[in-house]
Amino acid sequence: VKDGSWTVLQLVEALGSCLENTDPRTRGRGIQLLSQVLLQCYSLLQEKEVLHLVLFYENRLQDHHLVIPSVLQGLRALSMCEVLAPGLAVSVLKAIFQEVHVQSLLQLDRHTVYSIITNFMGTREEELKGLGADFTFGFIQVMDGEKDPRNLLVAFQIVRDLIVKNYALGPFVEELFEVTSCYFPIDFTPPPNDPHGIQREDLILSLRAVLVSTPLFAEFLLPLLIEKMDSDLQSAKLDSLQTLTACCAIYGQKELQEFLPSLWSSLRREVFQTASEKVEAECLTALHALSACLSCSVLSSDTEDLLDSFLSSVLQDCRHHLCEPDMKLVWPSAKLLQAAAGASLRTCHRITCSVVPLLLEQYTKHPQSSQRRTILEMLLGFLELQQKWGHVEEDESALLSLRAPVCSVVFSAMTDPSVQLQLVGIRALTVLGSLQGFLSPPDLELVVDHLLRLILHEEDSQSSEAAMEAAGSLAPLYPQVFSGKMVPRLGEELRSEREEEGSRAPRCLQQRCLQALAAVSTHTSIVRETVPALLQHLRQVQKGSEARNAQDVVSVCQSLHRVALQCQQDAESCWYYHQTVVPCLLALAVQAAMQESTHLPLGKALLEEEALAAMVPVISAASTHLSPELAAQSVSHVVPLFLDGEVSFLPQNSFPCSFRPFEGGERLEAQRRLVALLMAFVCSLPRNVSQRLLRELLALSCSCNCPFTATTAAKCFAGLVNKHPAGQQLDEILQLAVNRMEPGLVEGPHRTQALTLLLWVTKALVLRYHPLSSHLTDKLLGLLGDAELGPAAADGFSLLMADSPDVLHKGCHADVRLMFRQRFFTDNVPKLVQGFHGAGPDVKANYLKGLSHVLNHLPKPVLVTELPTLLSLLLEALSCSDRVVQLSTLSCLQPLLLEAPQIMSLHVDTLVSKFLSLASSPTMAVRIAALRCAHALTSLPTAVLLPYKARVIRALAKPLDDKKRLVRKEAVAARGEWFLLGSPGR
Amino acid sequence: LIRSINDPEHPLTLEELNVVEQVRVKAMFAFRQVNDAESTVAVEFTPTIPHCSMATLIGLSIKVKLIRSLPERFKVDVHITPGTHASEHAVNKQLADKERVAAALENSHLLEVVNQCLSARS
Repeated sequence: VKDGSWTVLQLVEALGSCLENTDPRTRGRGIQLLSQVLLQCYSLLQEKEVLHLVLFYENRLQDHHLVIPSVLQGLRALSMCEVLAPGLAVSVLKAIFQEVHVQSLLQLDRHTVYSIITNFMGTREEELKGLGADFTFGFIQVMDGEKDPRNLLVAFQIVRDLIVKNYALGPFVEELFEVTSCYFPIDFTPPPNDPHGIQREDLILSLRAVLVSTPLFAEFLLPLLIEKMDSDLQSAKLDSLQTLTACCAIYGQKELQEFLPSLWSSLRREVFQTASEKVEAECLTALHALSACLSCSVLSSDTEDLLDSFLSSVLQDCRHHLCEPDMKLVWPSAKLLQAAAGASLRTCHRITCSVVPLLLEQYTKHPQSSQRRTILEMLLGFLELQQKWGHVEEDESALLSLRAPVCSVVFSAMTDPSVQLQLVGIRALTVLGSLQGFLSPPDLELVVDHLLRLILHEEDSQSSEAAMEAAGSLAPLYPQVFSGKMVPRLGEELRSEREEEGSRAPRCLQQRCLQALAAVSTHTSIVRETVPALLQHLRQVQKGSEARNAQDVVSVCQSLHRVALQCQQDAESCWYYHQTVVPCLLALAVQAAMQESTHLPLGKALLEEEALAAMVPVISAASTHLSPELAAQSVSHVVPLFLDGEVSFLPQNSFPCSFRPFEGGERLEAQRRLVALLMAFVCSLPRNVSQRLLRELLALSCSCNCPFTATTAAKCFAGLVNKHPAGQQLDEILQLAVNRMEPGLVEGPHRTQALTLLLWVTKALVLRYHPLSSHLTDKLLGLLGDAELGPAAADGFSLLMADSPDVLHKGCHADVRLMFRQRFFTDNVPKLVQGFHGAGPDVKANYLKGLSHVLNHLPKPVLVTELPTLLSLLLEALSCSDRVVQLSTLSCLQPLLLEAPQIMSLHVDTLVSKFLSLASSPTMAVRIAALRCAHALTSLPTAVLLPYKARVIRALAKPLDDKKRLVRKEAVAARGEWFLLGSPGR
Repeated sequence: LIRSINDPEHPLTLEELNVVEQVRVKAMFAFRQVNDAESTVAVEFTPTIPHCSMATLIGLSIKVKLIRSLPERFKVDVHITPGTHASEHAVNKQLADKERVAAALENSHLLEVVNQCLSARS
């Protein structure tokens, strides 16, 4: 038939005797054959053939029940024909409705019926609509009593289409509702190994789509939901609440009117009584949706406004609870009110008008700071809702009339001795500031004063930090006030502190000033005042001669770094910052280095490792976001400075001698250290390298005696190589590097330097999947067996896998491939394991250490899948006596205990003994990690743990008496959790 | 150790309710001298109201938490701040009686409430 050598007519004729046979089985087989053919060839049929086949099949519907399944298959094939004549669809459906009792068929055959209906609904919508409500009624009968989830999904879809596509429901609305709502709430657990993959959630969602598809169902659905909210099953509650939320999207006041009191009392009861956060959250969402629905319904002039009476009852039931800040119902009431208030501008206005004055009054009535804190936190919630509606006309804003009392409450909280209350006060202040036009200019002055007082003089660091954050978020809204009032005050404090010098307390003040200057730099105009102030301070600090100055340099740099991060998004401030800060830092450093080389005692602070290390992120952050043109402009200044000593672009560029960091000679040691700053700059730019610079860096990294300089040069080289475009130039420079490294690794005074270079170059290449990386990694694996370099090489694996903070990360445009860790893992872990088994006893630990570093940095989901094969090795690593291995393995195991409890519970016996014995390790960090693991053990299935409970509790009594407080703390936490295992009330 | 214990009927911790305050905790011990017989911890707690029906339960929770968290050599003494509860004497007596404390923890209802007080709030 497919080839066209037979027609369907010929087939029917040939089957003739079979189709007319008196034995129903034979007849069935004949029809089955015909139906199978039709299913494959329905698109080839002629209109006339279809007509005859339809008539034949309709007729067969009255046949023996054995025949029916095949008949339905045939009709399904025909329902997919495009050439079906008008009227036939209707007649097929009528015949099915009339002749077939669908629910007595098998699941598959019922599914066929639904498919026929779906097919016709898809292609013959107009014809079916001609049937009117009869079609709806017919379908109701078809699906009445359906039990199979597969069929239900289809049936629900059909009902939804019936409603959404406006088929006539006629008098059958209630029947249609009954026939679907009887499944609500869905209670279905898919059988294990279910091949159909239908989840409970699928059924819930498709049934919900039906129930909320029309307001006509409202009068039946709402009582049902109210009833099910009272159910004992949490899932039923949740489903009812979610369905209610969904309903509100299409209902209006008319549908809800009758049920509002009972809906409200159910919601209130649930929120007041429930212990489940989920139920509470869903109730609040439903209340929000309900209020939103009531707010946006269009009213005719004569009906009363339901919103008003609804909110009145909400207020009536919740308001008085707000007056008892110690009682349980305070927060549920506040949350209910906030959910309703968040629904629309009108609800917000209405509820704020009533609640905010009450809270203000309660605040003055309750003198205890814990009560005040609760009240202020509630007030804060209502203020935050105001933010949502943005700027409101003055006469409409209920809040504006309360400006004075609100401000005085918030200010009083900020002056309260309780830190907790201060913190809430600061948050409230931030919200008030973000309400446009709420704070008057005198208020703002007060705000700045309060913030300054907290920043400079509050003893608790939490409060002063919160105040800085608040200043940072308010500064862009009121730049004049902050740049005019706060920045000068901070600058003054900074100067006066520096002049006084001496006692320890002012240093803390100076620290706070620096942090505050950074925090408040959130607006272009403010940045232009704070950056010069910070740089000025840096110059002064650097002139001082005391040993503590390096620490001061670090503090200033931390503040500068923060400013840099805040400027990055704004191109203009970013360029301003780059132009101002980078030359200034370079100039200061160059000057210091020259003084050093001419043997003056000054300027040392700036060259300390920690000071240079603190400048690195500043320069890096100032350079990463530059546009390519500006970056090129900057490169043309900085690179010649290092290669040729071109100092002309630096401010105050009269130096006693020339700057030659890449030349040999003992006296230039200080100048060479500045390679760190070069690294910060050039490694942060998209890509821009001169070959000469690469060669100089390579030479420096291999030959320099100072470890800091050598490491920095190696990092800089690696950072540039990582970004270097592939090609001959790259191959040449890499070959050069390998040639210098390999002899260096074998022997000589610079073995450590060669290893450092190897590590960094390997990292640079591993990140970009360069083919040479596997060669270098093998070299590294070989070094694990080296007695001298082995431990350092093992630690190097952590460097390879971890994110480096200053170079070779995404932020500084490095070429980092996705999943490089997984790739490194699959390539190298088998070699590590193999190496471990083959290694001598004295170097075995190196392999374990390398392995545990690799595992430690691997994404946890990957690790969980690899766990079964590696676990035995990890357990062996726990017995290793090296404490770095122990620590790293414990920190690797701890998250696994939480994430893969099933696999871990197979080894519970070993784990318990190992953790308990490591809990008395001589190293504090190991003890802490072991106790954390013992704590994490409690997340394994309780039944597995119970046999060990007594033993663990007894063993954990000992670390309770540890001489270190941090260890005792972990022991208390772990032991407490073990006590709760398997006992009631956990 | 005890500030984070939950109150049996309020959504707050004992510290937030001012039931326990640092000035009312007295400890005499030295962690170095492991066999020091003088190791004692004395905790006074203040019920929120003089007729608080939960006083015994709060005291029990504090006591259990301390027993679970301190080395065995400590003598744990938990009692009500003098003059803050109607049946102060009776409650103190119950809390001081080792056997009654042990018996209370055999009762699964009491144990459940105590454990709830000691569970970390999610």
